[in-house]
Amino acid sequence: MTQLAIREAVKARQDEIQRRGRGLGWMSLGLGMAQLAAPDAVRRISGVDDSPTSRMVVPLVGARELAHAAGLLTSRRKSIWAWTRVLGDAMDLASLGVAIAHRAGRRRRRLVGVTGAVVGITVVDLLTAVQATRAKRIGTVRGLREGGSMELTATTTIRKPPPKVYEFWRDLGNLPTFMTHLEEVRTTGDRTSHWSASPVFGKNVEWDAEIVDEAPGEKIAWRSTGNADVPNTGTVRFGPAPDGVSTEVHVVLSYDIPGGALGKAVARYFGEEPHQQLDDDLRRLKQVMETGQVVRSDGAPWGKRARKEFPQRPAQPLSDAELAKGADA
Amino acid sequence: MRANTWAGRNKVKVRDVPDPKILNERDAIVRITSTAICGSDLHLLDGYVPTMQDGDVMGHEFMGEVIEVGRGVDPGRLRVGDRVVVPFPIACGACGACAAELFSCCENSNPNAGLGEKMFGHPVAGMFGYSRLTGGFAGGQAQYARVPFADVGPLKIESDLTDEQVLFLSDILPTGYMGADLCDIQSTDVVAVWGAGPVGQFAMDSARVLGAAKVIAIDKEPYRLQMAERAGYTPVNFEEVDVRSRLLELTGGRGPDKCIDAVGMEASHGSAHVHAYDRVKQAVRSETERPHALRQAILSCRSGGIVSVIGVYGGFLDKFPVGAWMNRALTLRTGQCHVQRYMKPLLQRIERGEIDPTRVITHTLPLDQAERGFEIFKNKQDHCEKVVLKP
Ligand SMILES: NC(=O)c1ccc[n+]([C@@H]2O[C@H](COP(=O)([O-])OP(=O)(O)OC[C@H]3O[C@@H](n4cnc5c(N)ncnc54)[C@H](O)[C@@H]3O)[C@@H](O)[C@H]2O)c1
Ligand SMILES: [Zn+2]
Ligand SMILES: [Zn+2]
Repeated sequence: MTQLAIREAVKARQDEIQRRGRGLGWMSLGLGMAQLAAPDAVRRISGVDDSPTSRMVVPLVGARELAHAAGLLTSRRKSIWAWTRVLGDAMDLASLGVAIAHRAGRRRRRLVGVTGAVVGITVVDLLTAVQATRAKRIGTVRGLREGGSMELTATTTIRKPPPKVYEFWRDLGNLPTFMTHLEEVRTTGDRTSHWSASPVFGKNVEWDAEIVDEAPGEKIAWRSTGNADVPNTGTVRFGPAPDGVSTEVHVVLSYDIPGGALGKAVARYFGEEPHQQLDDDLRRLKQVMETGQVVRSDGAPWGKRARKEFPQRPAQPLSDAELAKGADA
Repeated sequence: MRANTWAGRNKVKVRDVPDPKILNERDAIVRITSTAICGSDLHLLDGYVPTMQDGDVMGHEFMGEVIEVGRGVDPGRLRVGDRVVVPFPIACGACGACAAELFSCCENSNPNAGLGEKMFGHPVAGMFGYSRLTGGFAGGQAQYARVPFADVGPLKIESDLTDEQVLFLSDILPTGYMGADLCDIQSTDVVAVWGAGPVGQFAMDSARVLGAAKVIAIDKEPYRLQMAERAGYTPVNFEEVDVRSRLLELTGGRGPDKCIDAVGMEASHGSAHVHAYDRVKQAVRSETERPHALRQAILSCRSGGIVSVIGVYGGFLDKFPVGAWMNRALTLRTGQCHVQRYMKPLLQRIERGEIDPTRVITHTLPLDQAERGFEIFKNKQDHCEKVVLKP
């Protein structure tokens, strides 16, 4: 398949899972409403209208279905919610089994019918859950790995006036203090600079860049020049916040991600939620501007590497050896 | 050093871990002289607050002596040798939240803010010994602790008050006080407090000093209710009487004007059925809370009253009585405590003798017996109300 075809296929599969998840969500909603609104009818149809316990259990099961519905209909993470449905099915089958064992005649026939239906539903739930879990694994990363362009946006508010924040950013050498994917940015001229990526982004990846547009205190726009491994552009705008003391920072970055090993490394860096990386970069910019440094904890001691450190080390002090080895241990 | 650590669900273990070091310029290292076990530790202990890890140093209520400061710490604010109480939320003092005195929502102190944002919509401050959601900071049930932003949070104690008199300024006294403060207490108010644990007791004391006409204590542990009664509050045992009817009786049918939830996500319920329902939902994670106290507080509060929630909740609950809340014009207020906001004024109240924080201490143990401390505090054994640990 061509790169495009693979991406389309993955997307089609995910859409299908989202659709089926939504279908199950609507079913949960209907079932839940019925069990809450007309519990007696539900009890009669299921053949458990003779049991006082069922008077309590049926509305509870209804409430559970509503929770599933909310999850399946509103969350993109269908996998988790699909699994909670499987769990619910197992609970229902267990109570139905108990109920059948204690009944005969008309009620028993009805119960067997309902049980058959629940078994069918369980199969669909199980299928959706398994597929949704798999789809989550291949998702975005595979799409990116095959190359393509990607645009990220993020924004934050910093309690410093716009000229201060602009000034800090315009000194491009400051960018690596808060941007994880940069190792060093060296100014080479009034508007030109040389950028080196950090190893987490790609080993020995470097490029030249030039500022293409700027308005002091308001805006800086740049782009990579020449034969960059990962061609990219960026714009940052600084505007006054309504409180009169802070700056709203808006950033747009875009990357042309190549195929091959480098593309794979970059895709791994961005992970399943690429915008998170930029969000975290801006959080650290805010830390540096407002408090002087990137904040470290025992669980995440290496500052801008925090996200790469999951699962983190325990929240207990570092040993001298760990401290000496540093982030790359 | 020795430190009490999380060792898996319902297990803590005192072990040897490395001594803390300065990681940021504005850090200080404190040699801990007294520390305590909190109701919040119980939510971490059994894993109801997620993202704990084997080996995490626990504890967020501690005080001691500054033995080292980073080079970014303003010497006018803090020096080696100072005796300090450390507030449990870590706050930078410079962000928008800190400027608004919302210290437990500090925008800069949590290196895992991205994680918190996923869970809560917006991130929360870093906290000591309180899971990865709040930053993965080692806690204070230990011989030493690293304290970030040491020039912002720690309160210097310059008088000769004992550790026991000031230790709880780190958390539970300000927390109880905030519970009452959020209630805008008037001299005609009847204030009902759910939970007669240490936080609840301090919420009651605070309602008293803020001028409430009557304070009611709700719990099921007779010895905790007796402790409240000795301090002058009216006890209600929710296992023996129907709380709503009893509250109506005590308020001439109006319901309490102000209600404080000092119980949180692991409440128990007088009715075994209702308790089982929420317990099962919590176990399968389709609901993360057992919100009995909160539901009852909302249903009991008089129309137009305030429900203040200082018991900790972590995720989602169902059967929230939204109809009562909306139709009866109730106000809900809540938060992890903005401890830094209340430390100084409360220290003055302690100095003036208006509040005696030592009244909740029932056990003092060496740090090495932290495991036993957790056990008796969790299981309400030996009439345990509050455990202080000595490293
Ligand atoms: N907001 C904050 O900043 C903050 C700070 C510290 C503690 N907390 C929270 O405050 C809560 C109380 O802390 P604590 O140290 O006093 O804990 P605790 O466990 O000692 O006290 C809780 C008390 O509530 C009682 N209780 C249980 N179910 C009840 C119900 N349905 N009605 C009335 N009482 C009930 C228990 O018997 C117990 O005595 C916890 O949730 C803790 O996490 C919040
Ligand atoms: Zn606490
Ligand atoms: Zn702050």
